[in-house]
Amino acid sequence: MSRSGSPVSVRDVDIRFGDFEAVREANLDIASGEFVCLLGPSGCGKSTLLNAIAGFVRPAGGEVTCADAPVTGPDVSRGVVFQSAEALFPWLTVRQNVDFGPRMRGVGKAQRATAVDRYLAMVGLSHSADRFPGQLSGGMRQRAQLARVLANEPSVVLMDEPFGALDAQTRLVMQVELDRIWRETGATIVFVTHDIGEAILLGDRIVTMTAGPSAAIKNVYPCDLPRPRDLTDPASAALFRRLREDIGAEVARTLQAQGLDDGHDGRFAGGDREA
Amino acid sequence: MTVDVRTVAQRAGRDAPGPARRRRSRPRLTRIGLSVLSVMLGVVVWDLVSRNYTAFFLPSPLLTWRGAVDLVQDGTLWSSVSASSTRILTGWALGVVIGVPVGLLMGCVPWLRLMVDPYIQFFRFVPPIAFVTLAIIWLGPGEASKIALIFYTTVFIVALNTLAGVLSVDELRLRAARALGANPARTLVSVVLPSTVPHVVTGARLAMGNSFLTIVSAEIVAAQSGLGSLIWTARNYAKTEWVFVGIIALGLLGYLFDWILRAVTSRTLRRYGVTF
Repeated sequence: MSRSGSPVSVRDVDIRFGDFEAVREANLDIASGEFVCLLGPSGCGKSTLLNAIAGFVRPAGGEVTCADAPVTGPDVSRGVVFQSAEALFPWLTVRQNVDFGPRMRGVGKAQRATAVDRYLAMVGLSHSADRFPGQLSGGMRQRAQLARVLANEPSVVLMDEPFGALDAQTRLVMQVELDRIWRETGATIVFVTHDIGEAILLGDRIVTMTAGPSAAIKNVYPCDLPRPRDLTDPASAALFRRLREDIGAEVARTLQAQGLDDGHDGRFAGGDREA
Repeated sequence: MTVDVRTVAQRAGRDAPGPARRRRSRPRLTRIGLSVLSVMLGVVVWDLVSRNYTAFFLPSPLLTWRGAVDLVQDGTLWSSVSASSTRILTGWALGVVIGVPVGLLMGCVPWLRLMVDPYIQFFRFVPPIAFVTLAIIWLGPGEASKIALIFYTTVFIVALNTLAGVLSVDELRLRAARALGANPARTLVSVVLPSTVPHVVTGARLAMGNSFLTIVSAEIVAAQSGLGSLIWTARNYAKTEWVFVGIIALGLLGYLFDWILRAVTSRTLRRYGVTF
């Protein structure tokens, strides 16, 4: 399975919904096979930017390219793992869900079966292949979503807070698994999260965004710590602190704008990593 | 006629054992026993009340039973039931078969929806009974007019429920389908249609109830056979008990049809979220 990811480039992208400007002049270059985490507080436009890369949302200005071709709509080369497991088709078994993409693409039956088995095994769901999504735990559903996307052999995998709804222990297991799967497939991954620890565990680069509306890319933190990573490692902890301050300032600004803070800068900077 | 519309709400109940699940887990025997007890009580009350009136005004349960035996023996009851059932099933099946694609199309093509909408909003308030005369003028007093009325009452309900189903399809699933390589036509068949199944089943069940309302009016106005006709002609013989037999037959038949529909759909369409 030698497969390489595609580069993704976001150039001067503006995204508007009517009069509301969600993202302003976002610029980001993602290399082939790179794992990039988009980190920011809730409502900062990181999911919106991901949706633009996926092709679900058309930018009002600027351009998104994937493998040097402009993105004009969703495509099988850019797989999307959603935060909600509702994205799975509940009337199909796990196997049928994973088979969906290849079936739509018109891949032959025998070839499909091999691919489905391989990706079910990769995410550790072989034993639950004939169960329905409603019979699975939250973590298993997200594995199923991931397998469904991988079965299409995308060169870019876009993940929108895929582990956000999972409990802390399951999330940790999933993060380790994703790290392994990413290295096995070699796909480019763009991963949206509000969890600083998750970003450090997974990202080659961590991109922070300013608080929306009119969100923009704020800082880019390269992260070349050896994998698998450990959050208690001093270098990780130092990066964690820097990111917390970076994000915390944005959260404080948002709260101020909402009139919830009495103006003490940095009061939130040391705080809530879930914010 | 009891129309029980729980199809959609029950979907959540499959994943999480909530109050609904607990209520249902009451022993089957107790449930059936209570129903039987209630029916027996009803018959006793009916009997007691009927003693105060003439048989013409309110026939007793026993008299009604004898009437039923007479009607079964001379074949009238069976031919009435089969005539009404055939009309209902034909009109209803046609209405479902046409209503589902119409609802799907309306859900997927916004301009079509806007064009059809005024008609739907208008005819929603015109009951099929209002069309009995027209149906007979246009289609004659035969089977076609009755079937057309059942079709009319079914097709709107099924189309509107299907439309509601299409409009409530989770945007997430549509996006997932597109990102997985499904073109619009395949998305419609593989994602939209399965998502609307619970709505379609609800519409079909409601339409079945309405079909019973419609068939009686249609058969009273113009028919030589059927339960409506039986109820109406009983008047000519001053046989009020036959009216009761007709009414009870209608109720039981409706209950039976609904039970069959529920049993079949909850068995075959369970994976689409149809549970009763």
